[in-house]
Amino acid sequence: MADELFFKSIAELGDLLAARTVSATELTRAVLARTQAVEGRLHAFNSRDEAEALAQAGASDARRAAGQARGPLDGIPVGLKDVIAVAGQPLTASSRMLANFVSPYDATVTARLKAAGAVFWGRLNCDEFAMGSSTENSAFGPTSNPWDLTRVPGGSSGGSAAALAAGAAIATLGSDTGGSIRQPAALCGVVGLKPTYGLVSRYGLVAFASSLDQIGPLTRTVEDAAIMLGALAGHDPLDSTSFPADIPDYRAELKRRPGPWRLGIPKEYFGAGLDPEVQAAVERAMDFYRAQGCTLQEVSLPHTQYCLDTYYIIATAEASSNLARYDGVRYGHRSTAAKDAVDLYRQSRAEGFGAEVKRRIILGTYVLSSGYYDAYYLRAQKVRTLIRQDFLNAYREVDALLTPTSPVPAFKLGEKSDPLALYLCDIYTIGVNLAGLPAVSVPCGFTAGGLPIGLQLIGRPFDEANLLALAGAYERGHDWHRRTPSL
Amino acid sequence: MNYEAVIGLEVHVQIKTHSKVFTRVAAGYGQPANTLTDPVVLALPGTLPVMNKAALDAAIKAGLLLNAAIAPVCKWDRKNYFYPDSPKNYQISQYDQPICVGGAVEIELPGPARNVMGAHRLVPLTRIHLEEDVGKLHHSATESLVDYNRAGTPLLEIVSEPEMHSAEEAFAYLTSLRATMIYGGISDCDMEKGQLRCDANISIRPVGETKLGTKVELKNLNSISFVRDGIDLEIKRQVAVLERGGVLIQETRDYDGQTGTSQSLRSKEMAHDYRYFPDPDLMPVKVDAAWQERLRAECPELPLAKQRRFAERYQLPYTLTSVLVWQRALADYFEETVRLAGLDQAQVVGNWIVNDLLRELAAPAAPGLAEAKVRPSHLAALVQLVGSGAVRAHAAKEIFTEMFATGESPEAIADRRGLKAAPTDAGELEQWCRAAIAGNAKAQAEFRAGKDSAINAFKGPVMKAAKGRADPPRVDAMLRQLLAGP
Amino acid sequence: MSSAPHLDLDHVAKLARLALTAAEQAEFSRQLGEVLHHIEQLAKVDVTGVEPTAHAFPVVNVWGEDVARPGLPVEAALRNAPAQRDHLIVVPKVVE
Repeated sequence: MADELFFKSIAELGDLLAARTVSATELTRAVLARTQAVEGRLHAFNSRDEAEALAQAGASDARRAAGQARGPLDGIPVGLKDVIAVAGQPLTASSRMLANFVSPYDATVTARLKAAGAVFWGRLNCDEFAMGSSTENSAFGPTSNPWDLTRVPGGSSGGSAAALAAGAAIATLGSDTGGSIRQPAALCGVVGLKPTYGLVSRYGLVAFASSLDQIGPLTRTVEDAAIMLGALAGHDPLDSTSFPADIPDYRAELKRRPGPWRLGIPKEYFGAGLDPEVQAAVERAMDFYRAQGCTLQEVSLPHTQYCLDTYYIIATAEASSNLARYDGVRYGHRSTAAKDAVDLYRQSRAEGFGAEVKRRIILGTYVLSSGYYDAYYLRAQKVRTLIRQDFLNAYREVDALLTPTSPVPAFKLGEKSDPLALYLCDIYTIGVNLAGLPAVSVPCGFTAGGLPIGLQLIGRPFDEANLLALAGAYERGHDWHRRTPSL
Repeated sequence: MNYEAVIGLEVHVQIKTHSKVFTRVAAGYGQPANTLTDPVVLALPGTLPVMNKAALDAAIKAGLLLNAAIAPVCKWDRKNYFYPDSPKNYQISQYDQPICVGGAVEIELPGPARNVMGAHRLVPLTRIHLEEDVGKLHHSATESLVDYNRAGTPLLEIVSEPEMHSAEEAFAYLTSLRATMIYGGISDCDMEKGQLRCDANISIRPVGETKLGTKVELKNLNSISFVRDGIDLEIKRQVAVLERGGVLIQETRDYDGQTGTSQSLRSKEMAHDYRYFPDPDLMPVKVDAAWQERLRAECPELPLAKQRRFAERYQLPYTLTSVLVWQRALADYFEETVRLAGLDQAQVVGNWIVNDLLRELAAPAAPGLAEAKVRPSHLAALVQLVGSGAVRAHAAKEIFTEMFATGESPEAIADRRGLKAAPTDAGELEQWCRAAIAGNAKAQAEFRAGKDSAINAFKGPVMKAAKGRADPPRVDAMLRQLLAGP
Repeated sequence: MSSAPHLDLDHVAKLARLALTAAEQAEFSRQLGEVLHHIEQLAKVDVTGVEPTAHAFPVVNVWGEDVARPGLPVEAALRNAPAQRDHLIVVPKVVE
C-alpha cells in the first residue's frame, strides 16, 4: 500500500498506532491536510469539524497512553454519509430541506463507532435522501470521481466512496437501498459491503426505503470491511427490524475460511447493457477463482427482469411515507410564503425537495393511492417473494454468486439526465436489497481509460463471514486495491 | 312518519401505560408543553418505532373482557395523512388485521322506575385495534400551536356495529364500556382528560325500512352526557330535515356541548385517501394461547355480571346492586365487608355503603374510597355490634360518622362516648313485654289471627318503658315468644 | 404508450402535499409516464398463491418493556423548530 498515512488501511494503521509509531493525532492531521488539498476538486464533504476530529484524536491518544485503547478502530478517522445522525452535528441528507438541521441524538452505528474509539471525520455528500446513483442529486452540488474529476463517483454514497478513494478518510459509512454502497465503491475502486438486512441497526439512518435500507462500510481492503462490520453489527433494541443474529469475529474468520467455494454465475446478469470492459474484468475474476479450486456454475435468477420495477414500486412507496415528516413544522425548511397549514406543507416541500425526490414521492404516493394498491404495491411485494426465492434456490447449489457490481464504469457528470437511464445503473445491485442478502463489491480491474471496475459477490443471509473470506481470497491474489488516484 | 335511528359508536380509549406505544419516553397528562417528547415522538430523521409490550397486553385484555376473538397474528399499518398534530404525517395503526375482532358490550337500559332494572342486551362490536394518539393543537385567531406531549400515547379504537337505536342505548353502551375499561385497569377513562373520546355515526330510516339512511358523523362528544344529548339532538335534526322535505347529506358535524348545538365541519379539501400499507419498521405480533390465558386470568368480573351475582348470592335488591357494581373498588369493599360481617348481614352492609359511606364520600373535601379511613373491617365490626344488640341503630349512625372522620374502631368510639346499649335484664324485658301485650288486646287478636305486623304495636310501649335501653331484635324475639305462648 | 393513462398528477401531488410548477408538471408527467410504462410489465408475472414479502427476515413480537425513560428536554426538542412560542410549535392557522 502507498506510503502516505492517509492511503493506508485500518489494519496497517492499527499496527502503527499500537506500536506508537504514529499517533491518532498525527494520523488525523494527515487526513485533514489531505482533505484540504483535494476537497476543492472533489466536493465529497457536506460539512467538516476539524476541531472536533482533533479533539477525538487527542482523546484516543490519551486512552492509548493510559493503556486503554479500545481496539482496531481507536483513533481511525472515519467519514459518515450525511444520512447518519451524530448528536450535536448537522444532518442534511444532502437536502435543502435539512440544510440547517442539527441532530440531538446519535444513530446506533454512531454510538457503536464512538465506543470503538473512531474519530469522526466529516459528513459526506450523497444523493438527496440517498435517492440516486451518481451523487448529482445532492442539493449542495455533485461530488467528482477521484479517478476522473469529470465523472461521477456513483451514488448515492458517492461522497463516502470518493473521500475514501482520495485519502480524505480511512474508512467511511454509506447506506445501501438499491446499490448505494456497492455501486459507488465499484466506480471509485474501493471495497463496499452491504450487510444482510437486519444485521446493522437502522436507528439514526435517515430512512429512504425502510425494508431495503442497510448501513455498511466502505473500506480500502476486505479485512478493513471485516473490522468495521465487527464494530457495526449486532442486535439493536431501538430497531424492530434488527435481527438477533450471532456476530462472529469477522476479522478472525477471514483466515479460518480458506474455501474453496461453489460459485454461481447468474446468467441474467451478463446480458445487454453490460460494458465489455466490465464483462472482461469480471470474467478474469471467474478465471481466478477457478484457478483457486472453486467450482463455477451458471445459475438462473429468472425474475431478475422484474427487479427494477419491483424495486421502484416498493422503494418509492415507502419513501413517500417516510418523507412525509419533512413538512417544515417541527424542523427543516419552512416556506415563508404559506397562508395556511396545508399551504405550509405544499410550499415547504416544493422548496425543500429536489426534482428526483419529488418524482419518487409522487410515484410512491401514486402506487399506494386508492384503487392502485393491489395492482402495484401488493403485486410488487409478491414479486419480491419470487425474486427472493430465486436467490434461495440458487443457494441450494452454490455458496455465493458472482456478478458485475455496475454494468458500466463511472460515467460523465451530467451524462445521464433521464431518470430511467439512471435507474438502469442499479440492475445488478437491487435484487440483493429485495432479497435482503449481503453483498460486497471489490475492485477487480481498470478500464483502458483508467476507471475502476467492481466485482460483486453475493452471499447467504447473515453469512458475511464466508462472503468476506471469499472476497479476501480474490483481494490477496490481486493488487487493484493498492492503486491510488493521482489527484 | 315514524323514524328509527341507527347508531354506531367509535370510541377511543387511551391505555394507561408508563411509556408511549412506540417509544419509551413517559406518557402522561397535564405536563408542561412538549416535555414528553423524544426523537421518536418528534419524528426526527432516522427514528424508528418499537412496540410497547404493556400496550399489547392491554389491547388483548380489552378484547378478552369484551369477548372478542384475539387475532393469532396482527400487524401494523401506516395511515398516511398530513396534519400538524401528527409528527410523522402518518399514524401507526392497524388496518386489515386488527388485534381483536368481534365481541360485544353488554348494556343495561333504563327501567320503568329508578328501583326497577331495565332490559339488558348485547351491542356487537366490529373490531378493536391499537394505534397511536396524536398531539394537541391550540388555535388562536391567526395561528395554531402544537404540543406533542400526547403524541404517541397508546390508543384503543373500539368500533361498534351500527346496532343502537337511541341516545339512551348509546349512553348505556358508553357507560358499560367505560366501566369495563376501568375495571380491566386498561384506562382511567377520564373524559375531561381526553382518556376516552367518542364519535358517533348516526342515520335514520323509516321504521320497517332495512336499508340504512345517510350517515352523519358526530364528533366531539367529550362527556358521557354530551353523548346522550348530542345524539338526541342529531336524531331530532335529521327527522326535522326529512319531515320538511329536505335531504340529508353525508357530513361530519361538530357537537358543542356548552350550547347544545352542532354544526357542519367545512368539507375537507379532498376526500381522504389514507394510502394504508404495512409499516416496514415494525414486525407482526403473534398472540398464542398461553399469552391469552395469562391475561384472561387477570380479567375481572364485569359490572353487569357482578350485578347478577350480587342479586343472587347476597339477595340484594336492584337499588343496591345498581349502585354497588359500577365501581370495582366499591363492589370489592362491599364483598370484603360481608366476608367479615357474615353473609346474613349482606343487605345491612349494602345499605351502610350505599346510604352512609357514599354520602360521606360525596361531601366536599372528602377522601376517595381508597383513602377513606373507614375500612371494611371497621364497617363489619360496626354491623356486628348492631347485630348483637350492643349498639342501637341511632347510636350506630353517630359512630359511623366519627369512624369516617377518625378511622378509630367502632368499639372504641362506642366505649368512649357511652353509646353502647346498656345490657338489659331478661326478667325486666319480659315484664315490659307482658305489660305491653296486656295493654293492647286488639293487636293481640290481630297478631294471633295472622297479621304479623301487628307485633309492632307492642314495641313502642316496650321501648318507652325501657327508656331506649332495649335492643330491638331481642324485644322482637321476646314478644314473639310470649305471644306464641298460652 | 408513452404516458401513464392513470396518473392524475395534480391529484397525486395534492395527496403528497407538493406544490408543482407548470414546468415540473410537464416534465414529471413525461418522465413518470415512462417509468410507469416500464412498471406495467409486472402485470405479466404470475403471482397466484404467492405471499407478499414485507420483511426479508421476519421475526415476531419485537417489543420493549413498559419502562419510561427520560426524553428530550423541551429546549432540545424545539431546537430545530422554525417557529415557536411558549414552548409550543407555531404553524399557520389550521383550517379544517
